Amino acid sequence: MTQDEMTALIARIRTHNADLYPLFSLEFGDAVVGVAPEELSSTACDLREAGFDRLTMVTAVDRGETFELVYRLHSRSLTASIFVKTVVRRDDPHIASVYDVWPAANWQEREVFDLFGIVFDGHPDLRRILMPYDYEGHPLRRDFEHPNIIRRPDYI
Amino acid sequence: MALVDRIGEGLERLGGGVILTSVDALVDWSRGQSLWAFPMGTACCAMELIAASFSKFDFDRLGTFPRPDPRHTDVMILAGTITEKMKPAVRRLYDQMPEPKWVVAMGNCTVSGGIFYYDTYSVVRGADQFLPVDVYISGCPPRPEALQDGVLQLRELVRMRSLAPGKRYERELALPRPEDASYSNEDPNPPSAGLEGGDAS
Amino acid sequence: MSLDIESRSSTLSDDGMPVEELVVNVGPSHPSTHGVGRVVVHLDGDVVVKADPVIGYLHRGIEKMSENRTYLQIVPLTDRLDYVGSMYANWAYCRAVERLARMRVPERAEYLRVIVCELQRIASHMMGIGASAADTGAFTAFVYAFDLRERVVELFEALCGARLTYNYVRPGGLSSDAPDGWEESVVDFVHALPRKLDELDSLFFGNAIARGRMKGIGVLSAQDAIAWGATGPTARASGVNWDLRKHDPYSVYPRMDFDVVVGERGDAYDRNRCRLLECYESARIVEQAVAQMHGGPVHAEGVPRLIQPAPGDAYDQIESARGTLGVYLVSDGSPRPYRMHVRSAAFANLALLPMLAKGHTLSDLVVVLGSLDPVFGEIDR
Repeated sequence: MTQDEMTALIARIRTHNADLYPLFSLEFGDAVVGVAPEELSSTACDLREAGFDRLTMVTAVDRGETFELVYRLHSRSLTASIFVKTVVRRDDPHIASVYDVWPAANWQEREVFDLFGIVFDGHPDLRRILMPYDYEGHPLRRDFEHPNIIRRPDYI
Repeated sequence: MALVDRIGEGLERLGGGVILTSVDALVDWSRGQSLWAFPMGTACCAMELIAASFSKFDFDRLGTFPRPDPRHTDVMILAGTITEKMKPAVRRLYDQMPEPKWVVAMGNCTVSGGIFYYDTYSVVRGADQFLPVDVYISGCPPRPEALQDGVLQLRELVRMRSLAPGKRYERELALPRPEDASYSNEDPNPPSAGLEGGDAS
Repeated sequence: MSLDIESRSSTLSDDGMPVEELVVNVGPSHPSTHGVGRVVVHLDGDVVVKADPVIGYLHRGIEKMSENRTYLQIVPLTDRLDYVGSMYANWAYCRAVERLARMRVPERAEYLRVIVCELQRIASHMMGIGASAADTGAFTAFVYAFDLRERVVELFEALCGARLTYNYVRPGGLSSDAPDGWEESVVDFVHALPRKLDELDSLFFGNAIARGRMKGIGVLSAQDAIAWGATGPTARASGVNWDLRKHDPYSVYPRMDFDVVVGERGDAYDRNRCRLLECYESARIVEQAVAQMHGGPVHAEGVPRLIQPAPGDAYDQIESARGTLGVYLVSDGSPRPYRMHVRSAAFANLALLPMLAKGHTLSDLVVVLGSLDPVFGEIDR
């Protein structure tokens, strides 16, 4: 897929969405589209129809006030991949699950729920996956504190 | 080992098939010769544990045979990182092993936490925090030869804790630290000195 | 082996006989779960009604640790991710750093990376096939396969001094060049390999018991493989012709002549057999790479000890022995990454287990699990 086709595709996707979130640049060779959190479900369906049949990765980044959610999609028919980014507020971390669109999201969303505490609405089986079921706290948040952590001395 | 070497001589001298020894000496000897291992392989070190049991390194020739059931085994070889989530399972498996039992901590993770000492929230820093460890083997991961050396050290330990209370003896197995009075550059345990102590004689 | 009966619930079967659903706990220390896997299995008689994998017994928090390490200090941590194939995680991570910091890698380093990763594929697949063989009772095949892996490990030891955790691929190149005579010993190894693989093929895959245990067990359709994000031999055995080395090529793979092994039925037999056939292709690639390789530096000029990429994020992926292994890095301009995430192939593949094991007997569950080739260091991270 050429860059022009990709730009056209992103433009088509974006017509459905609010202009709240700017189009991220084609940074480091990857196409990135930013969507509003409430538009994620419809964007996912659009992208699925456009041919992106594989969900490679779901992860999150703690940005302080917000969590940035990163989805990486891939299409074999278009031989293209695309990143979808959205943000959720830290004080109300809720986002729609994309399990119905790509079942591959099942465990990956559980992992994000476990480590970041982001709740995926509509997920069929949202339990902790890596930490014990009765664990408290979400370790990959930047402000996570645990008595078991020994900070490494700063050598540099 | 020593007793095996003497069997042939003894038979020749006696001209018959009779060996006289005490029960405790026989038990101590045989217990040390076949330490069946429970391979508690959790992470990377498990690969070297498998390698040690297989053709090139051949653990069987030392009498150590991996059994996946704790009830059949004498020594638990902890190979790999132990996390807080795994800790209760390891403890439970240790409790299922019949006495007398020993624990070998293989690799830096089970010695001290190793590379996972700092910054992590889920790793147990050393198996000795919840299990009585007898032999520590450092390395990340240790070579199979190092594991086999650790089991040979354990044999010595088994003989030191003899079945007969009168034959028990103490000997420093670990190398002395520089601040200890006994520290010197020479080998503290010459191979010929201590090994005969617990044998049948 | 630990079998706990956690709960019993009594119902009546069609002819009025009381039937109890049995909940059996397999693991986390079980010889057939390939490490610290645990599966809570609901059984109706001997048939699996529901299998629920419980993971995280090896969750060491590597992603959290990375936030307090410099870019170079993370390389040894990536070794411990997929400990059956350490070179892959090294390489995937280094590719992400190189993309983030815009580094160029010398050609010789790329060739050596391809060589070590293809050798690693042979070693990793031998472990996967061997463990599957042990699960089906063919322990002799395990010993044969592991012996082949040992040969690769010896080559790696000559290359970088370590048997398991190599720390060989570094951002911008490699830790060191290959020693004298190493390339010749690699060529000797790959020349002798096909005959040994043939031997393993007839010993294990030609065995009627192994075929009976694996054929038709845990069938995965191509549609499900794509939808559930399966990659690597797990997806290719189902007929999904998808290999990053061929279809999204990276490094010097476009210059290599090799075939992608694709299965038909998608059962446990095909998954394991795909692994075996891939070893032949890996041997071909190694042979070509050694022939094409020229002298030159193995580390890029001017790579600082303290890598400080510009703020931004980067993702890169390679085809590991288990499938797509990707690393996602976020930089805030400091010498330490703001976030590192590993997209693990074994994690995505293991998510298929509840679907594949359903309707099979408990003894077939371990065959299905073994055919997915899980490595818990990479699954739990």
